[in-house]
Amino acid sequence: MTDHSPYAYDSKIEGNIIFTQLDTAINWMRSNSLWPMPMGLACCAIELMAAGAARFDIARFGAEVMRFSPRQADVMIVAGTVTYKMALAVKRIYDQMADPKWVIAMGACASSGGMYRSYAVLQGIDQLIPVDVYISGCPPRPEALLDGLMRLQKKIMGEASFLEQKRELLASI
Amino acid sequence: MNLDQVAAAISERFGPDVTGRVEFRGELSLSLQPAALHPVCEFCRDELGFDLLLDISSVDHFEHEPRNELVYELYSLARGLHLRLKTTAGDDEPSVRSVCDLWPTANWHEREVWDMMGIRFQDHPDLRRIIMWDGYPFHPLRKDFPLEGKFSDVPDVAFTAPAPLSGGPFVTAPVNGTTEVREPRARRAGDPLPDAAFTAEP
Repeated sequence: MTDHSPYAYDSKIEGNIIFTQLDTAINWMRSNSLWPMPMGLACCAIELMAAGAARFDIARFGAEVMRFSPRQADVMIVAGTVTYKMALAVKRIYDQMADPKWVIAMGACASSGGMYRSYAVLQGIDQLIPVDVYISGCPPRPEALLDGLMRLQKKIMGEASFLEQKRELLASI
Repeated sequence: MNLDQVAAAISERFGPDVTGRVEFRGELSLSLQPAALHPVCEFCRDELGFDLLLDISSVDHFEHEPRNELVYELYSLARGLHLRLKTTAGDDEPSVRSVCDLWPTANWHEREVWDMMGIRFQDHPDLRRIIMWDGYPFHPLRKDFPLEGKFSDVPDVAFTAPAPLSGGPFVTAPVNGTTEVREPRARRAGDPLPDAAFTAEP
């Protein structure tokens, strides 16, 4: 019988260990399991549904878990025309989402009011909540939405949330 | 019974209250004194069989007198007849009698007319706004209301701000010409008005 040291070499896990930074690991996990809050307000929501269906399959990017509860969502996809009547409800739902959270403004209306230059339509959801990715199109095709999602993933991979937390902690001491 | 007989029956009963009659492509429109609207509607429903109120709409004849016009679309399901009744409402504080007691469907139609055009309906059971929110101070489909909107704020409910029109796309230019001329697909703020002779490439 030999002693089994906990630090001994184990051939079974060879090749399954990756050395990385904590931020990178966190970002990798976050960006590949973005649970969307589908804020479907107009025709863009139809394209959002198409992006979720089999042909375009948003599940390839880990974003297929549409959560209608803001508490469980990571990214709000504002898909459609934001009327003034709806605007504060959208902001309220955004406020209820837990950090970290991101916003995709899908389509011309959510980005800038689109063709609705009128008394009833908010001229871009970025007037109320911070937007990470704007997607052009009226409505954008599902490929455009997936491209926006990939850009958001890229943006998340560049974040340094843990490092910033550490800096804030050090600064507060 | 056909539309001529309907018109004859209404004229016989209400004579001087019927101020106009237009027939266009088989559609009959009768203009009525505002006070006669409710009795005529009741007569149409009970005696002439117009059991369905299709729609109530309103027209703003801005800078003309009387300013507001109301249009009631009546339909008889049994006979397949369509009758249009028109009446007027004055300039300030326009108001007509509600027909909710005749057709319950009038409830929401009249709320919409009140919301968008600011015409009140007497004896309406629940005259609240239906599209805009309670507290919104304007009636946006009136001709003197600007397309871009006005500032308003009801805390915790909604706010509005004027939209930047900037003469950009989707805004009709005040020149003569076809729609292609008046609304070119690309136009930026500060661009000169389109030339009436200019025709956009198809």
